[in-house]
Amino acid sequence: MSKPQTSRGLTRRQLLARASAAGAFVLGAGFVAAPDAAWAIETTHLDPETFATLVQMARDIYPHDHVADEYYVIAVRGYDSAEQAEAITAGIQALDAAARGRGFPSYLGTGWERDRVDILRAMEESPFFQQIRGGLVTGLYNQKEVWPLFGYEGESYSQGGYLYRGFDDITWL
Amino acid sequence: MAAPFDLNDDGVVVIIGTGAGGGVLANELAQRGVSVVALEAGGRYLPEDYINDEWDSFGQLAWTDPRTTSGDWRVARDFSGLPAWIVKAVGGTTTHWAGASIRFQPHEWKAATTYGRVQGANLLDWPIDDAEMAPWYELAETKLGVTRTGGREGLPGNNNFKVFEAGARALGYQEVHTGRMAINSSDYDGRPPCQQTGFCFQGCKWGAKWSAAYTDIPRGEATGNLEVRENAHVARILHDDRGLVTGVEYFDRDGNLQFQRARIVAVAGNSFESPRLLLNSASSMFPDGLANSSGQVGRNYMRHVTGSVYGVFDKPVKMWRGTTMAGIIQDEARHDPSRGFVAGYELETLALGLPFMAAFLDPGGWGREFTTALDSYENMAGMWIVGEDMPQETNRVTLNHDVTDRFGLPVANVHFSDHPNDIAMRNHAYARGQAIYDAVGATRTLPTPPYPSTHNLGTNRMSEHARDGVVNRWGQTHDIANLFVSDGSVFTTGAAENPTLTIVALAIRQADHIAREMSAGNL
Repeated sequence: MSKPQTSRGLTRRQLLARASAAGAFVLGAGFVAAPDAAWAIETTHLDPETFATLVQMARDIYPHDHVADEYYVIAVRGYDSAEQAEAITAGIQALDAAARGRGFPSYLGTGWERDRVDILRAMEESPFFQQIRGGLVTGLYNQKEVWPLFGYEGESYSQGGYLYRGFDDITWL
Repeated sequence: MAAPFDLNDDGVVVIIGTGAGGGVLANELAQRGVSVVALEAGGRYLPEDYINDEWDSFGQLAWTDPRTTSGDWRVARDFSGLPAWIVKAVGGTTTHWAGASIRFQPHEWKAATTYGRVQGANLLDWPIDDAEMAPWYELAETKLGVTRTGGREGLPGNNNFKVFEAGARALGYQEVHTGRMAINSSDYDGRPPCQQTGFCFQGCKWGAKWSAAYTDIPRGEATGNLEVRENAHVARILHDDRGLVTGVEYFDRDGNLQFQRARIVAVAGNSFESPRLLLNSASSMFPDGLANSSGQVGRNYMRHVTGSVYGVFDKPVKMWRGTTMAGIIQDEARHDPSRGFVAGYELETLALGLPFMAAFLDPGGWGREFTTALDSYENMAGMWIVGEDMPQETNRVTLNHDVTDRFGLPVANVHFSDHPNDIAMRNHAYARGQAIYDAVGATRTLPTPPYPSTHNLGTNRMSEHARDGVVNRWGQTHDIANLFVSDGSVFTTGAAENPTLTIVALAIRQADHIAREMSAGNL
């Protein structure tokens, strides 16, 4: 277990700012955008297709249907760096090769999550998979913006705790 | 002479570590007029410094200096560099502990006699017993302000407790309550009552939970007899040619090696660092390490049979609200071999925040089996298993000469494998925990593997005879008269109870003994 690394070199807030500042919905040189334009991000070291595949991989590892892509983007955005780009690109290429080996055009070209999970299961012992999965444990679940999506309320000291705010408010027992 | 003390002052007692053992010993000696230098590897953090954020708090308080692991325990695979979740700070792990404060059951002082021969277990009776410890337990409970003792009220039950209690009652359990907790239920000892904030593990920002950091330590310092040196990392204990210890070498906050002379040295660095220090202090006179004529230094490492059970319901629980561990079922703590194992276990409420739940629910797990559980985080209730594990000679702390810390000292390797009795007990506890939640309508239950250890015991165990252990009934090493051990590493066996109350009771008793022997000129 390492210290929290929401990102490498950037704070979560900086990442959020970047993610939203990139909001021109250009899909092209250096840019990735969600099909519904809910998020868009400028990549500097990874090519856009690689980054989009990485985001899908992150969702397939920890799929939460009520958590929007932007949080997965934030979780893996730190890999778009000079130090990480080569290894990440190689890892994604291996992912695509595995997809082609199963008759799909690419990892993103699969139709069902089940097919992608099969590909990931076959490589789950690899350092690449473990790096991405391990990073997500903090990169995704330690985003304070994600906590409310799970009902988690975070700190309560600033509000005086729950003594008068429902520590024992269960009614269904 | 008043604190601060000179490095050449050879009249002081040097205590290494300031947690439940060392911190209490330091204050109790200071109150008795003994001059004490306490060396603490960590810094000083007080309630205003504590952070109610799991990872940020971990970064602030946890001991993350390198350690290595081996053995078949899952921690060695999932958290290979983090065998324990314990604290490096003034007050030690009393900042992090949950506050559960229960006495050993009488028979647990005599495990070898009570359980009989258990294949592969290195069981031994403690050289002390329930009657001898009773008055010290009472002093400890008064110091800590333990609820449901001394006329103090219990804490109110939070949502997590209510689910736990309802399930327990449905199964017929009788001994079910909000625990005996070192967390105030009303004003006590100048500290306020619990505000049900959660984050007990991150340091109590109200100071409602007892911690040596803001009770014993400042009180000891106020006597003028205690000097606490922070960021002082002890390297070695030195001795003379008579085989008595003479002082302690440590790296100060600037990384400079210092030598503090001592009349007596007490080691209280927890069950990893204490044996590591004794082993790292090997000399030509003591080639196997200090106080190790028995060969037992580092052996018999115990960590309690632990594990968690989380229950998922169709409606919200919000288990993170309120006191983290104020809930206990004690019916299974008895020794009843008809269950298929010796000794017993407690079940206690437990909650983790979302970030730690993600990290610890199923380390390495991924995919929808994992994420659908987290999707129901708001509807989860949680409990923790605390059971007596079997001491085994091969479960041990050794020096790893291939890995050194930033001072160049070999780190502790922690080797642990479950005993068959441990596995049988854990499986029994998992089944009972799952039944408890099923009884109140759980739609899913999750038997969760043990976390990095919080209860670290054994490794310098107490014994009647020098051949069987490292320290005698006073925590004094069998081999070296002026060398003591004052932490959970002296536990002969682990019992089923959270260990802090017993560590504190033993430390008060040890202080009384040391002060008396010093006055009598015997030490």
